[in-house]
Amino acid sequence: MKALILVGGYGTRLRPLTLSRPKPLVEFCNKPMMMHQVEALVKAGVKHIILAVSYRAELLEEAVAEEGRRAGVKITLSHETEPLGTAGPLALAREHLIADNEPFFVLNSDIVCEFPFEQMIAFHKQHGRQGTIVVTRVEEPSKYGVVVYQRDGKIERFVEKPVEFVSNRINAGLYILNTSVLDRIELRPTSIEKEIFPAMVGDSDLFAFELEGFWMDVGQPKDFLTGMCLYLKWLSSKSPELLYQSEGIVGTVLVHPTAKIGANCRIGPHVVVGPNVIIEDGVCIKRSTLLEGSVIKSHCWLDSCIVGWKSTVGQWVRMENTTVLGEDVYVKDEIYVNGGKVLPHKAIGDSIMEPQIIM
Amino acid sequence: MLKAVILIGGPQKGTRFRPLSFDLPKPLFPVAGVPMVQHLIEACSAVKGMKEIVLIGFYPSEQIAPFAQDLAKTLNISIRYLQEFAALGTAGGIFHFRDQICSGDPEAFILINGDVCGDFPLDELVDFHLRQPSSNIITVLGTEATRQQSVNYGCIAFDKDRKEILHYVEKPSTFVSNSINCGVYVCSTELFKHLGAEYKAKQHQPHGYTTGSIDEAESLSLEYDVLVKLAGSGARSHVFLTDRFWSQIKTAGSAIYANRHYLELYRLRDSGKLAKPGLGGPKVIGDVLIHPRAAIDPSAVIGPNVSISADVRVGRGVRIAESLVLGKATIGDHSLVKNCIVGWNSDIGSWSRVEGTPCDPNPNKAFSKMENTPLFNGDGRLNPSITVLGSNVTVPSEAVLINSIVLPHKDLNQSYKNEIIL
Repeated sequence: MKALILVGGYGTRLRPLTLSRPKPLVEFCNKPMMMHQVEALVKAGVKHIILAVSYRAELLEEAVAEEGRRAGVKITLSHETEPLGTAGPLALAREHLIADNEPFFVLNSDIVCEFPFEQMIAFHKQHGRQGTIVVTRVEEPSKYGVVVYQRDGKIERFVEKPVEFVSNRINAGLYILNTSVLDRIELRPTSIEKEIFPAMVGDSDLFAFELEGFWMDVGQPKDFLTGMCLYLKWLSSKSPELLYQSEGIVGTVLVHPTAKIGANCRIGPHVVVGPNVIIEDGVCIKRSTLLEGSVIKSHCWLDSCIVGWKSTVGQWVRMENTTVLGEDVYVKDEIYVNGGKVLPHKAIGDSIMEPQIIM
Repeated sequence: MLKAVILIGGPQKGTRFRPLSFDLPKPLFPVAGVPMVQHLIEACSAVKGMKEIVLIGFYPSEQIAPFAQDLAKTLNISIRYLQEFAALGTAGGIFHFRDQICSGDPEAFILINGDVCGDFPLDELVDFHLRQPSSNIITVLGTEATRQQSVNYGCIAFDKDRKEILHYVEKPSTFVSNSINCGVYVCSTELFKHLGAEYKAKQHQPHGYTTGSIDEAESLSLEYDVLVKLAGSGARSHVFLTDRFWSQIKTAGSAIYANRHYLELYRLRDSGKLAKPGLGGPKVIGDVLIHPRAAIDPSAVIGPNVSISADVRVGRGVRIAESLVLGKATIGDHSLVKNCIVGWNSDIGSWSRVEGTPCDPNPNKAFSKMENTPLFNGDGRLNPSITVLGSNVTVPSEAVLINSIVLPHKDLNQSYKNEIIL
C-alpha cells in the first residue's frame, strides 16, 4: 500500500520554528512530526510514502531518505513547481499512486491522533465505494465545515461553518481513496475538500469513518501545545512506561534520556523535554515543549511555551501565553516574555509585556 | 548655636504616597533602613553647633513623639515634635512656634521640607548664610533642573556674583530659570518679623476676600509669603547651589530612588552598614541593606539597591533588585521582586514575579530629576510605575504582578498588570 502526505508550503503558521527547519521535521513530542504518521503507516503495512511538498529543501530530502531507511519504508518527495492545493498533488503523484491499483492513504501533515489506518482499510473495503474520510467530533462545529452522513457512514453533504447544528463531525484530514478517484482530479490547483469530495458525495462514493480518541491539527503554536497535551494524555493511558517519573515531576512528562534536570524543580504537567536539554535548579515548567539542546537556567517559570533548538533561557525568566522561541534565541536573565514569537538567533534583553513578534 | 526645623506635614498630605501611608505617617516610612525623616534629622544633627531639632506637623503627637524621643537618645541631641492644631502652611507652623524656635537665641536655623531627600551640604549652606550681609534673612538651597522639569518646582532667578535672589516663582507656567528650590533653607530669626508683618496683613484683608476660615487666616506660605515677597527686595534672600543628589519624595516610586541614593551614601561614608557578600549569607550585588533579624536563604540573590527590614523571610533562589521589603514580609522560593515595595507582613508565593517600572530621572539628560508622574495618564490609563504591595497583601504562587498597586489586606488570586487593586 501507499500513502501521500500533504506537506504543502513553508509552514508559515508554525513560524518561527519553521524558519529553521521544514515542518515535517519539527519535533512533536520528541519525534519529527511526519514520523508519527510514517511509523503508523508502516505498522498498517504501507510500503511507499510520497511527501507532497511545494518547496525544495535539501534538509528535508536528506532527512526523508534517512528516516525512511530507519522506518523501513520507501519515502519519495513529490515537488510541486506551483502550489497545487489539496487535490492537485494527487494528480502530480499519479504514477506512484496507480502502481499496484490498490487504495491509498492521503493525510494532512499537521494532524496528530491515534491513527486508525487498519480500521480504515477494513471499513473502506466493507462499503466498497471510492473513498473514505475520517471524521472527528468537535465541541464547536460552527467554526468548521461539518460532515453530515447516514448511519452506515454514507456522506450526504458538507456544510461550511453551520449556523444551526447539523453535525458535530468534521473532516479529520485522513483519507483512503481508490485509484479511480484520480480520474476525477486534473493537474491544476484544486481543493480536495471543496471540489473533489462534493462530487464524490453526489455519486454516493464517499463514506465517513468515525475516529475514536484524540485529534488535533498542530499546524500552529497554540494548537501544537494543545495537541501535545492530548498526545501525552493518550500516551499515559497507552504506554505509561514511556513517560518520565521522578521527584519534582508532576503529571504527564516526556523526557529524553539525554536531558538533565536539576534539583528543586517542578516539571509538568504536560511537558516535553527534548534531547540534550538542560534544566537547572529550581525551575517550574508547565504545558511546554523544550526542543533539542535548549537550556533553561535556574529559577525560571514557563507555562505554554515552545523553546526552540539550542535556545537559552536566563535565570528568573518568566515566559507564558504561547511564547515561541525560534532556534538559538537567548533570553537574558530576569526577563518576562508574554506571548512573544521570537525569530531565530535573537537576544532578548527587554521584557515583552504583550504578545508580539520579535524580528 | 544652631537649630533645625523639619516640616513633616500631616495625614491629609502625602496622599500620593498611598497605600503605604495608610499604615504609618509618611515621614516614618523606612528608606535605606530608617524612617525617611531620620535621614534629614541625622544630617541636621551632624551640623556644627546644632543644639536642637524641631519637627513640626499635624500628625497626632502619639504617632511622632515616641520616634522623636528614641532618636534623640540615639543621636544624643534634643529632638522635639510640635503639633500644629491645623495645617498652617509651609511657613505658618514655624511662625506659630516661633518662640520655641527662637529660645536660646540661635544664630540661624535650618528649615527642611520633610518630603525631600538628598545629600545636603548643610555646613557649607550655614557658612554661606552667615557670610551674607546682615540684610539676608533666608538662604535657599538650589539645584539645577532641565528646562522642561524646572516649571514643576519653585524657580529662582538670581544675581550670578552676589547670589542674591532677584525673582522667585512657584511652579511657573512658562520657563523662568533652571535653578530650582530644594526645599532646604537656612533662616535668620529675623524671618519671624517678616512673617509677623505678613500675618498681620492677612488678618486685615477684607472679609469675604478669603474663604474666611480661621485656618486660612492663620496659614502662611514660605513660597508665596516669603520667597516671592523677598525676591529682589534688597539682598534679603540668597541662593546656594548644589549638584549633589536631591529629590522630592512624593510617590512611592521616589522612595525606591531615594533608597538607592541613601545606600550609595552609606557605601561612600559608612560602608559598615551595607550587607557583605559571602559569609554564609545570600549573594549580594551592589548596595544592599539587610536587617540582622531578616532570614534570607543563602541561595537568594539580592541587589542592587535593596533594603530588607526586620523579620523578613526570603526563600530559596529568590531574586530581589531595586526594591524595599518591609517588616515581616515573606517571599517564597524562586520568586523575583524588582522595582517594587513589598508592604509590611505581605506574603509572596513561590515562582511569582512582582515587578514594576522604575521612574528614574532620564540618565541621558543632565540635571534631570525624578518624574513624580501622576497615577493616571491623559487617557485615564494607569502610568507604568513601580509595583507597591500595601501591608498584609498575599500574592499567590506562580502569579505575575506588574506595574500595579495593591491596597492593604488584599488576597490576590490571579495575575494583574497595570491595575490598582482596591
